Amino acid sequence: MKAKIRKILTFVEETRTEMGKVVNPPTRRAAAAAVIENPFAGRYVEDLAELMEIGEELGALLTERAVAALGIPGASAESYGKAAAVGENGELEHAAAILHPKPGTPVRKALGKGAALIPSSKKRGGPGVALDIPLGHKDAAFVRSHFDGMEIRVNDAPRANEILVAIAVTDSGRPLARVGGLTKDQIKGEDGLR
Amino acid sequence: MHDVLVRKRVVIAEEIFHEGGPVATKPLRRAAALAVIHNPFAGKYVPEIAGFMDDLNPLGLEMAKFLIAALGGVAKLIEGYGKGAIVGTAGELEHGALWHVPGGYAMREILGNAKAIVASTKKVGGPGTRLDVPITHINASYVRSHFDAMEVGIADAPKSDEILLALVMTTGARVHARVGGLKASEIKGEDGLR
Repeated sequence: MKAKIRKILTFVEETRTEMGKVVNPPTRRAAAAAVIENPFAGRYVEDLAELMEIGEELGALLTERAVAALGIPGASAESYGKAAAVGENGELEHAAAILHPKPGTPVRKALGKGAALIPSSKKRGGPGVALDIPLGHKDAAFVRSHFDGMEIRVNDAPRANEILVAIAVTDSGRPLARVGGLTKDQIKGEDGLR
Repeated sequence: MHDVLVRKRVVIAEEIFHEGGPVATKPLRRAAALAVIHNPFAGKYVPEIAGFMDDLNPLGLEMAKFLIAALGGVAKLIEGYGKGAIVGTAGELEHGALWHVPGGYAMREILGNAKAIVASTKKVGGPGTRLDVPITHINASYVRSHFDAMEVGIADAPKSDEILLALVMTTGARVHARVGGLKASEIKGEDGLR
């Protein structure tokens, strides 16, 4: 493994009621996060290929952990998202190198499908910084019931020379989705959008 | 007798490989089980509240089982524990104290023979409030390597009329424990202290 991992975390949330109304079945989402050493902390490095490879590794590892935490087959996942927080000695571009070029393929392999863009966010911050991982339906980005986000934070990460990388997966949309738009049973699944 | 209305459950698991020192041969694992429940006493002073402790027992057991599952599925792997509560702003600190008995009972019940008092903390707070749940060895409070804490919190909880309940377990000492004191191997196991 190229990534030097200090710790791995998983977060699982299950919402059973909202505004006193029972959510049946409960909505569930999971995030898996790795705290890794930033190989380029503290200096400008032109070629970010190493981080891109790390992104590929983590795409597989974290998706597998998140799906396992939900206890579902990968193919049953409905929405997904990814995010990274770079410690103070790194640059935003380091997060981009992890998130964008390579993790898509292993993420989709773990989930069976995934025609839609994987929504993402990134930031630089200190330990405990809140990371809001955007969520969207994996097969059709316009499914309105699945536009969502999941906040995670790790109190001791990222340290200055670290990067916190996270992938979130759900088995459902928002708890009581009712603002219309494309629904999941209307997905055509051709272009990743509708 | 009050119903225990759970809005949301969260499980957080950490696997710690190192903290700048040698990579652990057996990573330290920590997990927290959180439940967000309606506070039946919110908004008013209720003199008699103690009966709610019995109502919370089944939830405590369920959370303790989640923790064991999140940490490998075997109760005897567990070496440290702790508990805590965050009471929403329409409640009082005393409502958080209702968790002492059922939270402690649940973990002892699951762990079999744990002798040490369960370290705990509590506070009143709003959504997103963080709680540092203290952790000590399950059989001897003075085991220095196992003094630890795990920060927990949920972005949207507790609402003012809710209580966030937390149980935490770990599988071992701090990852680079080296400040002396009573060792786990020296536990006499008579009084829960040493």
